[in-house]
Amino acid sequence: MLSTVGSRDLDDLFSTLPADCRRTRPLKLPEALTEWELNRHMDTLAGRQATAPHYKVFMGAGSYDHYIPASVSYLLGRSEFSTAYTPYQPEISQGTLQAIYEYQTLVTRLLGMDVANASMYDGASALAEALLMAIRITHRTTVAVSRAIHPLYRRVVQTYLRPTGYEVIELDYGSDGRTDLSGVDKVSELAAVALQSPNFFGCIEDLQSAAQTAHADGKTLLVACFTEPLAFGLIKSPGRQDADIACGEGQSLGIPRSFGGPGLGMFAAKRAFVRSMPGRLVGQTTDRQGRRGFVLTLATREQHIRREKATSNICSNQGLCATTAAMYMASLGGTGLQELAQLNYDKCTYLQQSLQRAGLKLPFAAPTFNEFVVTFPAGFDRTYQRLLKRKIVAGLALDEYYPELAGSYLLCVTETLAKEDLDGLVKEVAA
Amino acid sequence: MKASIGTQGLILNEPLLWEKGAKGRSGFSLPRRDVERCAMDKKVIGEAPNFPDLSEVDVIRHYTRLSQWNFGVDTGMYPLGSCTMKYNPKTNERQAALAGFAGAHPLLPARLSQGMLQLLFELERYLAEITGMDAVSLQPAAGAHGELAGMLICHAYHRQRGSACTKILIPDTAHGTNPASASLCGFQSIPLKSGPRGVLDPADIAALMDEQTAGIMVTNPNTLGLFEENIRQVAAIVHAKGGLVYCDGANMNAVMGIVDMQAIGVDILHLNLHKTFSTPHGGGGPGSGPVCVIKALERFLPVPRIVKQKGKYALAENFPDTVGKLHAFFGNVGVQLKAYSYIRSMGPENLKRASQMAVLNANYIKEKLKGTYHLPHDRPCMHECVFTDKHQSVYKVSTLDIAKRLMDYGFHPPTIYFPLVVSGAIMVEPTETEPKENLDSFVEAMLAIAAEARENPELLHRAPMTPKLNRLDETGAARNPCLSD
Repeated sequence: MLSTVGSRDLDDLFSTLPADCRRTRPLKLPEALTEWELNRHMDTLAGRQATAPHYKVFMGAGSYDHYIPASVSYLLGRSEFSTAYTPYQPEISQGTLQAIYEYQTLVTRLLGMDVANASMYDGASALAEALLMAIRITHRTTVAVSRAIHPLYRRVVQTYLRPTGYEVIELDYGSDGRTDLSGVDKVSELAAVALQSPNFFGCIEDLQSAAQTAHADGKTLLVACFTEPLAFGLIKSPGRQDADIACGEGQSLGIPRSFGGPGLGMFAAKRAFVRSMPGRLVGQTTDRQGRRGFVLTLATREQHIRREKATSNICSNQGLCATTAAMYMASLGGTGLQELAQLNYDKCTYLQQSLQRAGLKLPFAAPTFNEFVVTFPAGFDRTYQRLLKRKIVAGLALDEYYPELAGSYLLCVTETLAKEDLDGLVKEVAA
Repeated sequence: MKASIGTQGLILNEPLLWEKGAKGRSGFSLPRRDVERCAMDKKVIGEAPNFPDLSEVDVIRHYTRLSQWNFGVDTGMYPLGSCTMKYNPKTNERQAALAGFAGAHPLLPARLSQGMLQLLFELERYLAEITGMDAVSLQPAAGAHGELAGMLICHAYHRQRGSACTKILIPDTAHGTNPASASLCGFQSIPLKSGPRGVLDPADIAALMDEQTAGIMVTNPNTLGLFEENIRQVAAIVHAKGGLVYCDGANMNAVMGIVDMQAIGVDILHLNLHKTFSTPHGGGGPGSGPVCVIKALERFLPVPRIVKQKGKYALAENFPDTVGKLHAFFGNVGVQLKAYSYIRSMGPENLKRASQMAVLNANYIKEKLKGTYHLPHDRPCMHECVFTDKHQSVYKVSTLDIAKRLMDYGFHPPTIYFPLVVSGAIMVEPTETEPKENLDSFVEAMLAIAAEARENPELLHRAPMTPKLNRLDETGAARNPCLSD
């Protein structure tokens, strides 16, 4: 091969590089490991992580522990899915394309929206892109974002919107834990009002009222965000409540937590806005013999055609995670999803009631799903540390994100915690 | 020629999910109910989504059949230029799936995540060493996200200096994501024509670069597969006017252990772990696009940063100049784990060897095909080479026809019609993981297609014939979008 290309040796292949561009020092990296050495090293590192079932983790806040059926993990091992690139050649990518088309359809049905894209990076970047989309549609430059949206999502929104000078106004939450919309009509020229439901505190927002408030001027859009899509097995979907854009994190749908990623940015909108949407879209079509097939479509919105005028810079998305979510939703079915959501609701309600009976205060009265805020007596941080030693993570302390909620914790319960785990926590914190 | 690996087999039809199943079926073992059912507030309750009810075997067969309609790296050679479709070692999958990693909650107290934090801290150091840059953030979730991080850093740097930059130079060979990322930071893209040799001409940069220009976005090696040999002069011109040099590192696979990016004048670089570092692309993601910078720009990196204090790892937020957060948590950690696994499996010598072999393979294909296919830049290439359909167009055969016909021969087509500066481009990137006999088979297939173009062009217009479907109506799909059922 070297003689075919006219090179003396492997180094000679790079002889056209100017000498001052060549690296002189060899790479300083650890020596290669055998597969078995690597296994041992990785087992050791993974063994230093605190995870279920050894730890009872009552922590959600945008990353949820749900059971993943073996069938879903097994199907993901089909490397025809995982080792393919973006489906630029549809004839030999119909597996990916049909799977994504089905994902888009399931997402529209789950969220009650008209159109869904093939995915975004995560819930936070999906929210930022939704607000940019609202700014493009309305030609306005200010957005109102609820303080009950995940605090880390709001920071990502700031990162995306700040350089171009768009203004982000924050809407406070009320005493029941839901967004206080009373300030919205005082701000003119809003591109969007953004709420999360269930919100960061687990409270279910009244999106219908928010939509009415937002739509009062005939132009402002309602962006409905979420971190726990399992809720829509039970509660009213954003689309049913007239949201214009629905977006959020889909990690709950069969994707492991993996320290926060990869997850799944879900993104859907009303049909009228489809050409302003960011991200890839798969559409149905036919081949030359009239057989049903699928292709990437409406690419004129995208960066490889429109370059700087594109609706977004996103190229790679979370395709395999979207496929995972579709496999998970297909495995549950409509009936299964509703049952699982109900079970999550019941377990969380059980813990809430048990804590209240033990004399603890739940500051927010609005209905919740999977998560809720509890206020512990002063000095609870010592108890929290003691519980960590007993392999119980008693939720997320809120003082870092909401100074006014010092002493309050966000607790999460899913189907993976048994009644005895819940009783155990109550016994410990009440003691 | 030997028998082509392209053939036909038993491929089964499969309807859409909701065209099968029956009410009441489930493929999910519902967890035991150990608490009482309670009624939810009627005002918030909705109806169950209209999903199909399927059994486990329904679901398994559905996706198994779909998977058989796909072509992946595990199926065969995938010489998709600029996408680096190298083999994805299976040990990487094992490591990322370890319960301690896959089950880790991102907001756990740092002392309960020491294994993960150590791994990510070390990965940042390895990527810094491989690129020659000083500091790394793993947070960007894909290449374009890494570009955005890079542009945000560039924007923050200029704002802090009080320079009102409104423009950025972008060569016409750049990926479309480059101008789109720049425009998210409010920069106007100034297109730069590449010179007749396919590389940047410093005189063109000198003519356009001024104090209102934030810098330049280059791809090196560039999308013609050529090393930007004037990069040091280009960088000097940009730096003299106060600008920064951003490098799209999508093509880093050509130069690991060969080029030090900081030494050639790069200030900011993004990597694609799903290209250079062997993590699977998943049919469109998840990827991972770490951003690497020189010391002077470290303070602008996204937060939180992973720091090591007294032998313990922690997450630090106290960087007042940071561009902020780009991802709710720490990016696509599951992908980062696989890249870590790859680097530890390879070691320093094999990483360099991978780049050498990638460049050898691309040059080999270039030499074998250049008489038959038009090669606009006939000189040594890096990890990919770009041909055109000029010699075939006289028979009314286009790049698209050639690409589709390659499927019949059992190959994924190369990247086509990109870069835009080459009309009818066919961009071939074999990667280092294809052995010589596969390269030879690919060459034979390309030569056979060239012969077919001369003798039987109609055959190529009909291609592909072996996949489950033939050419699809993309115009119709865009005219009447049907995006869901």
